[in-house]
Amino acid sequence: MTGSRIGPHLISIDDLDRAGIERILDTAESFAEVSGRDIKKVPALRGKTVVNLFYEASTRTSSSFELAAKRLSADVVSIRSTGSSVDKGESLKDTVQTLSAYDPAAIVIRSPHAGAAQLVAGWTSAAVINAGDGKHEHPTQALLDAFTLRRRLGSLDDANIWIVGDVLHSRVARSNILALRRMGARVTVCGPPTLIPRGIEALGCEATPSLERLHEADVVYVLRMQSERMHESYVPSLREYAERYQINASRLRPGQLLMHPGPVNRGVELSADAIDSPQTLIGDQVKAGVAVRMAVLYELLVGTPLLAVVA
Amino acid sequence: MTEQKLHRRARPGAELLIRSAHVLDPRAELDEPRDILIRGGRIAELAATGSLPPPDDGEVFDATGKHAFPGFVDPHVHLRTPGQEYKEDLESGTAAAAAGGFCAVIAMPNTDPVVDDGSILGSLAGRASREARVPVGFLASITRGLAGEELTEMAELADEGALGFTDDGRPVVSAGMLRKALQYQRLCGGVIALHEEDPALSREGVMHEGAVSARLGLTGIPSVSESTMIARDAALAGYEEARVHFQHLSAAESVEALERAKQAGIRVTGEVTPHHLTLTDDVVRTLDSRFKMNPPLRTDTDRRALIAGLRTGVIDCIATDHAPHARHEKEVPFEQAAMGTTGLETAFGALFTELVLPGALDLAVVVERLSAGAEIFALPTPRIVPDEPANLVVVDLDACFEVGAHGYASRSQNCAFHGRTLHGRVLMTLAAGTVAFRERMLVEAAPAR
Repeated sequence: MTGSRIGPHLISIDDLDRAGIERILDTAESFAEVSGRDIKKVPALRGKTVVNLFYEASTRTSSSFELAAKRLSADVVSIRSTGSSVDKGESLKDTVQTLSAYDPAAIVIRSPHAGAAQLVAGWTSAAVINAGDGKHEHPTQALLDAFTLRRRLGSLDDANIWIVGDVLHSRVARSNILALRRMGARVTVCGPPTLIPRGIEALGCEATPSLERLHEADVVYVLRMQSERMHESYVPSLREYAERYQINASRLRPGQLLMHPGPVNRGVELSADAIDSPQTLIGDQVKAGVAVRMAVLYELLVGTPLLAVVA
Repeated sequence: MTEQKLHRRARPGAELLIRSAHVLDPRAELDEPRDILIRGGRIAELAATGSLPPPDDGEVFDATGKHAFPGFVDPHVHLRTPGQEYKEDLESGTAAAAAGGFCAVIAMPNTDPVVDDGSILGSLAGRASREARVPVGFLASITRGLAGEELTEMAELADEGALGFTDDGRPVVSAGMLRKALQYQRLCGGVIALHEEDPALSREGVMHEGAVSARLGLTGIPSVSESTMIARDAALAGYEEARVHFQHLSAAESVEALERAKQAGIRVTGEVTPHHLTLTDDVVRTLDSRFKMNPPLRTDTDRRALIAGLRTGVIDCIATDHAPHARHEKEVPFEQAAMGTTGLETAFGALFTELVLPGALDLAVVVERLSAGAEIFALPTPRIVPDEPANLVVVDLDACFEVGAHGYASRSQNCAFHGRTLHGRVLMTLAAGTVAFRERMLVEAAPAR
């Protein structure tokens, strides 16, 4: 492990090579241990400020970023688009420049628009972490998914991973395809043809509209199916979607692992029996969120070897 | 013949001797060094180099080693006037045109208000006659307010000087509405120019649909959104024996559709922009909003088809679709950014650097297609021959420039070529007999007189 930081920002999984991903996951392992203690705090970011800027509703991402920064002893400012100057029509650029005046060490941004995090990086000297930009990327979700899987499988090399559902509208799918491929896994995306973007194979995955070969998967990663997709006629009905693509006990083979980024629509993309089965890693994913986001903050803002910090 | 349909600020004709320029005028089959004597704004004499004496009270411009081409004519620019002068106005837009070697431009009517009424067109023409540095012609809209629902008073607009009609920025969605406009064209004349896009297919798209949009999670605009509408409207034009012009082709399928229509004898023409000829959707990976335009940059296969179409003449002319936007309209995430790139100041440099130098197109083809838009809209084609008005551009093919390094003549900076180094610098533009542009270095170096 070198003493340098992994990069100025984390905008895309493309910012990381395999060694960079492994390093974040290794660091996250150390922080996972901290999260098991009675006093879940280390002083790594004492005196530093982390701004969470959320332009979209979020429960787990925003709360886990906030907890991650607090457990690293940073001062945290969380801003949501409602009730802030954003509501009054302030542009992203002006908001970011205003917040930058407080000299934050990091800005965590969630936006409904692709490329927002990258733009922010051009307007601030803070490290920028993409917490989801439109349908583009959600790199920390992919890292926590990789973390969860590496813990369970030991290695992702040659793991056969199926991502099932609405790939078209999913930033989670995009970041995961890139991260899992980089970690040595094989990835297949599967869903209704209307929800598989044309050209997705260029990301290094296979695409199929059929669950026929799902039994070959080691991991089934199910995406959230939003009901508005039905109104937009991407699927004729949620009933038909569930019939064709729902992952349930009859479709899940013993030994396959089940993942979902949350929040789940019970009875649509996942059946209750699948969610509650011992094969599911959904709870592990949520738990990994804090440790992995601590690791991302730490590796972007500090980057020196960890031993002294967590001891 | 239609001089009254072009408007610009009146200025005295140039008295100028351009010495030893390599004159390339493909239509006049001229490709050799010449002295060009301009008197009272007209080309008085064209002679072997060194043979002409300087005009009395006139300037001598030594163009040894430089090229002179017929002035470029851009049939598709957005001058944003009236109503959006914060993006561009007639003065700045035509200054940008002159800086790019254009001696005439045709402005689109998607302004605020829309040019859909004779009085708006009349006042706009009046403004152009006070403010424009190079002659400007205007298209009026096909439908009122670009709403696609009612025809404009096309005959009156034609009488007021509209060179033709377009709802550019939007397609005419209803085939029935377009058909009525095509029928009405028999009365009012004027080319009907079409922005082709099926909104049911392009929807909220912000870039080309393909591997790059899949990677970025951006909604794509499929190629067939354009090509199916070209096929539809070519069929309508054939049925009504109308004359239509397809704007800013972007897709290989569109070139095929245009070619089929021409082979069927339908009176159609097409244009293509420098950015579609030189850039692909690969640049959008940066999510830089300068690369957001409609129609979008497509794949290299499309780009090659457009180049081939331009070479063979299936595509008739080059148009910039110069689309200025203010900084605050582009300094936002890609999906929210306004569509369009400026293009007047970089058209020749981009085409020369990216197509002529690598051998994809002959210089003569680029030069010819850069003024071929004139004939499509029944304007006189610039020619470097005696007795013609001086409409010409002097270019130093060896000189490079970094786009935007010294700012822009345009009021806006949203240029897709920003920061690139281009070869082929415009040194001087003569438009309708007057010097409309002089390269800054020449101005600085010019001796006091």
